[in-house]
Amino acid sequence: MSIDGSRRAFIGASAGALAGLLIAPGVRLVELASARPDGESAPSSVRWGMLIDTTRCADGCDDCVKACDSENALGSSIESRQRPQWIRKIDIKDVRTGRQHSLPMMCQHCANPPCVDVCPTGASFKRADGIVLVDRHSCIGCRYCMMACPYKARSFVHEVLVDQNSEVPRGKGCVEGCTLCVHRVDKGQAPACADACSKNSRGAILFGNLNDPDSEISRRIRTVATTQVRADLRLDPGVRYQGL
Amino acid sequence: MAADRFPRLEQRYFWLLVAISASAIAIGLGAAHVMEVNGHAVTGMSNQIVWGMPHVFAIFMIVTASGVLNVASIGSVFGKPIYKARAPLSGLLSLALLAGGLMVLMLDLGRPDRVIVAATHYNFKSIFAWNVFLYTGLFAVVGIYLWMLMERRMNRHAKVAGLIAFVWRFALTTGTGSIFGFLVARQAYQSAVLAPMFIVMSFAWGLAVFLIVQSSMYAWNRIELDPAIQRRMARLLGLFVVAVLYFVAVHHLTNLYFARQLPFERFILLDGGAYTVVFWVGYVLAGTAVPLALLFSGSEGGARSVTLAALLVVAGAFSLLYVFIIGGQAFPLDIFPGYATSSSFFDGAIDQYTPSLPEILLGLGGLGFAFLATTIGVRVLHFMPEDDFGSVRPLGPASSAGTRTQ
Amino acid sequence: MRYALMVMALGVAVDATADTPKPAVVIADPAGRCVAPNDVMRRTHMDMLKHQRDRTVRQGIRGEKASLGACVDCHASKTTNSVLGAEGFCQSCHSYAAVKPDCFDCHSAKARRKDVMAGGERP
Repeated sequence: MSIDGSRRAFIGASAGALAGLLIAPGVRLVELASARPDGESAPSSVRWGMLIDTTRCADGCDDCVKACDSENALGSSIESRQRPQWIRKIDIKDVRTGRQHSLPMMCQHCANPPCVDVCPTGASFKRADGIVLVDRHSCIGCRYCMMACPYKARSFVHEVLVDQNSEVPRGKGCVEGCTLCVHRVDKGQAPACADACSKNSRGAILFGNLNDPDSEISRRIRTVATTQVRADLRLDPGVRYQGL
Repeated sequence: MAADRFPRLEQRYFWLLVAISASAIAIGLGAAHVMEVNGHAVTGMSNQIVWGMPHVFAIFMIVTASGVLNVASIGSVFGKPIYKARAPLSGLLSLALLAGGLMVLMLDLGRPDRVIVAATHYNFKSIFAWNVFLYTGLFAVVGIYLWMLMERRMNRHAKVAGLIAFVWRFALTTGTGSIFGFLVARQAYQSAVLAPMFIVMSFAWGLAVFLIVQSSMYAWNRIELDPAIQRRMARLLGLFVVAVLYFVAVHHLTNLYFARQLPFERFILLDGGAYTVVFWVGYVLAGTAVPLALLFSGSEGGARSVTLAALLVVAGAFSLLYVFIIGGQAFPLDIFPGYATSSSFFDGAIDQYTPSLPEILLGLGGLGFAFLATTIGVRVLHFMPEDDFGSVRPLGPASSAGTRTQ
Repeated sequence: MRYALMVMALGVAVDATADTPKPAVVIADPAGRCVAPNDVMRRTHMDMLKHQRDRTVRQGIRGEKASLGACVDCHASKTTNSVLGAEGFCQSCHSYAAVKPDCFDCHSAKARRKDVMAGGERP
């Protein structure tokens, strides 16, 4: 596969911060951000994750949500209670202090995902590189994972679907959720939400490999205070928040 | 032989009952078809209330299927003769209710066409997967138990088979309660008390259903149950109803002790609108207080008041399950403790659920299936509880004319 | 143009179907670029796809020889751009054989536009 534009942009974004590492470790940097060769399985040495900087996430901006909807063809006309949302903006306000934030919430790609524990058929699973997915070929639509998820990150497809994106199969009667844009990640691209957020120059969503100590995301979570949502549950989510 | 236990007149009732329950099944299957063709968009369920009315029906039937077996257990395991005579009927009801409940559960799946996947792919960490074993296993265990009971040559093994069934159904109800008990994230569930609570609920609901069926069968056959037996079973039902109330109270009281659970308890017990009303009026008043008064009142109201009490216990069961399952999901997840939240995905909001017709019809279809299986089983095989002749007194034909079938 | 008589490969009696039209499937791109010979594809396409799908979904292996997307890209009708419909490559034959393919409940039945397709086109 060839290197495409957005992949270059992705490398470019991280390259600046890591200029000092470009000579020798740079080889590895390219590896991380490039498409996995045909026939290779997802490596367990990688753990994909995101860091969301809530101080840069603007109240009222939903570019990430729009990007997700169009990338994954999530358009729907049914009532909003039943419409799937893989990523959503939540406005939160501290009831004591009145401090407010606006932030995106989606599947947190836990290291210990409750959805995987409860799934009777093993359709909910965690890929070697930490991405939590639903295998729709074995999902029977029991919705137990939706009961178990502490983040309300999963949706059930309540209607017959047409016009799916070729790379994002989805259909009636199965449970689904954020795939971390696995089809893009496998091509060496960042998820659509992260892309959209950096395109509008907010850059509130940083995507990267949590297992690589030299990745930008690892450096950031090492140097700034970050939060795991519902850290009390010890699920070790792959999505972290800064500024909460 | 068993067929001529029904006098001529009752033959017509039999076919009427078959017709009614078969229509209920047909309508239920039709409703499931509508849900399958259109998707769950035709139900009141949502991405927050993911389990709706079908689960209220299914869990009622599955829990009751386990509890109704209690009658057989008291007979076989603890050797009480009056319960022993009722063991076959108890086993039949157990199988019928379990089948009805599973029918509803399967047809409510998003992909019922793929239900076979649940038998070929197991995730042994999932309580649901265990339950697949426990449910199918109960069919086998109770089937063998019935065989031991009804085949004279096998009678001597009945006690062992009964003991296995006794243990199995404890495991099964523990599994059903644990479906909810193991949910780490939902305020309404995640409690170790749920497993024993479900077991006690199964005792009460199972005995209530048994008493309703038994009194109908006696009425059609124009015989009267020995008042002593009647009193004993009524007292036992009363005891179970009190035990359920105790567990429900413990569940809510422990929640009230944890500050983080207060908003949820406030929602269910005080300002949850329909859920609060269904809890207090449906479960506490109509489903618990009134039946207790009927069962323990000095007047010994006789067969009618015991049957009425049993019917109210069943109504209370549906109320309790509705509040527990649907009310429990309507209350929002606390994703950011200490924060007020709002979003387009109804974070921080009470979900507005209205049960839709297809959901209710599917549930009734499952009840219809249990009813049909019981009716045919009773008719074809020898399931009528027979006590010693001294205790069964024939009645005049007039006295059962007003008895309605349940 | 080459016409594929799927009927024989599927082992269905050819003459026993008075009312079902035989699938006369037009292969849009007949240059012999399929991943396996026709008779192999007719018999084993479902197994190839099933094994590939599990490897791709579960292990994340991309660029396998068998790929539903690649099937659709080549075999979609020139007029409808789809493998479904009465003349569709997949549906016409599956209707004839009375086998319901589950794939397109979730997967797109339309060929991807060339500019969307990533660099990994099959030879």
